[in-house]
Amino acid sequence: MFAFLVKRVIQAIIVMLVISVIAFSIQDNLGDPLRELVGQSVSEAERQKLRDKLGLNDPFLVQYWRFLKKALHGDLGTSYFFKRPAAEVILDKLPATLELVFGATIIIVVFSVPTGVFTAIYPMHWLSRFAMGVSIVGISIPVFLTAIMLIYVFAVQLGWLPSFGRGDTVLVYGWSTGFLTKDGLVHLILPCIALSSIILPLFIRLIRAEMLEVLESEYVKFAWAKGLSRRRIWFLHALKNTLLPVITVGGVQIGTLIAYTILTETVFQWPGMGFLFLEAVNRVDTPLIIAYLIVVGLIFVITNTVVDLIYGLVNPTVKLARPHGGGE
Amino acid sequence: MTTTTWERFKDSSFYWSFRRDKVAVASLAVLCVFVAASLLAPLIAPYNPYDPTQIDLMDSEMPPVWIAEGDGRFLLGTDGQGRDLLSTILYGTRISLTIGICAVILQAILGVSIGLVAGYRGGRLDNFLMRVADIQLSFSTLMVAIIVLAVFQGLFGTELYERLAILMLILVIGIAEWPQYARTVRASVLAEKKKEYVDAVRVIGLGPMRIMFRHILPNTLSPLLVISTLQIANAIVTEAALSFLGLGMPVTKPSLGSLINSGFEFILSGVWWITIIPGVVLIILVLVMNLLGDFMRDVLNPKLYKE
Repeated sequence: MFAFLVKRVIQAIIVMLVISVIAFSIQDNLGDPLRELVGQSVSEAERQKLRDKLGLNDPFLVQYWRFLKKALHGDLGTSYFFKRPAAEVILDKLPATLELVFGATIIIVVFSVPTGVFTAIYPMHWLSRFAMGVSIVGISIPVFLTAIMLIYVFAVQLGWLPSFGRGDTVLVYGWSTGFLTKDGLVHLILPCIALSSIILPLFIRLIRAEMLEVLESEYVKFAWAKGLSRRRIWFLHALKNTLLPVITVGGVQIGTLIAYTILTETVFQWPGMGFLFLEAVNRVDTPLIIAYLIVVGLIFVITNTVVDLIYGLVNPTVKLARPHGGGE
Repeated sequence: MTTTTWERFKDSSFYWSFRRDKVAVASLAVLCVFVAASLLAPLIAPYNPYDPTQIDLMDSEMPPVWIAEGDGRFLLGTDGQGRDLLSTILYGTRISLTIGICAVILQAILGVSIGLVAGYRGGRLDNFLMRVADIQLSFSTLMVAIIVLAVFQGLFGTELYERLAILMLILVIGIAEWPQYARTVRASVLAEKKKEYVDAVRVIGLGPMRIMFRHILPNTLSPLLVISTLQIANAIVTEAALSFLGLGMPVTKPSLGSLINSGFEFILSGVWWITIIPGVVLIILVLVMNLLGDFMRDVLNPKLYKE
């Protein structure tokens, strides 16, 4: 177990290093820090002197090392637009994005498990066929279209729900949350549905497929033969083993979920990291782009490593030396 | 008389299941209509949306003909710039399909080569390549594409970027999704490698390149066929999402995604058709491909996603 842990952590560090090299080369190529500092009026000789002083003429590796040391101290540069440390700007927007992801995750968990299990237990039931039909349509509708259609129906036509922003938020231990005010909750509904709309059908299909397979396995047949009750077999023995692969896929899907927050936040003008990132791209605000890259990269790597570790711990059959058995 | 490939295909169980599956037949028919319409777009479109002389800003935001204020000249109405929506959608579908198909061809070339080598060689190389594939997959394609395209847009400037947009989209979507093909091919190669015919050709003294591409590859084609349909659907969705974010096709040469984006600013004022009509076209296009992919997966290889 310890060797496995060390191996995964080393891999995570390597991935983070690769991300930091990419981030640094973006910074190196995109925009000129000197122009941001001094403007047009300074002579070429003075520019060269300033370049030397700032270390912009140093070899790539020296500059990269400096960048890395600063990044490890949480210094990712100063946003050109906000004139504040980029890391701070990004972290300010983190609660909004995480609450969106959290809300969507609740929807996914609450709906996917019962639906997936039901469609596996009664594959021929009309409700199952209906659910499977809806899920393939759901997979085929891009997130931003779901979001737009939700806005058009519920905000423009019916006028029931707000179409943009977070509404009222309250500060709890420095974390601004929309979950505790009525206005905040109302604003969360549409974006969370939109964000969950593509992963939910994927999970329903996955749980169904896994469950169908488990129900065919030897140990379930044995449980039937032993005369265990249906509920016990379905919900205790079968479901437990169904959820194992779901954990791995869930870990991989967190990446997708964060990518889709950019789309959802854009449509709903949700003041989160994704919306901020797109604005930074349009303003060529390089430090902010890099800060986003590093923060999101960190979230990816940490969640993936944690999911892998949990999977290794939970699944007794996994060989800890090579935990990826396969699957999607 | 020798039997042609077509006759053999007609006798196959694949064709038999296809005939019996009404959904699959309907999906294929719809897909054919889409492909034909986008191939023939310059011939059947009533206007040329790329020709500024045919566009009049006075015609902008006209509703489709079945709504009272509609104009008989524009069957599906016009967009915010006064372009005929039907023609723009036809050209847009053409761009979306082109990008989707070219990107998937690139994915297949990269992924199949890497998967073949990884599976056939095995050992450390295989371990390394599959680790890289795992990591690349955990960063969703959309994420990678957004970042790469955002950086390129910053480097090139918007004007040059707009000219290179199609190429960039194909490259980014093509390169980001290679692991899907690589993993599928590798899994099949591992199974094929143990078979006697591979030993036989090795004994004859054929080189590894020839064994991999001429002998093993043909036996891994059916799972590839299955994922290809799904991959094209995915690529089209990714392209649409990127264009929607303003990182893909420019509004002057819109794909379905950029058309939806250009209509989005009007939707709050009740002008729904610029967004919803191309949206529905996109959904149907992706849906029929997903349905066909599902059908093929069920018939050809029910256990594809399990190793």
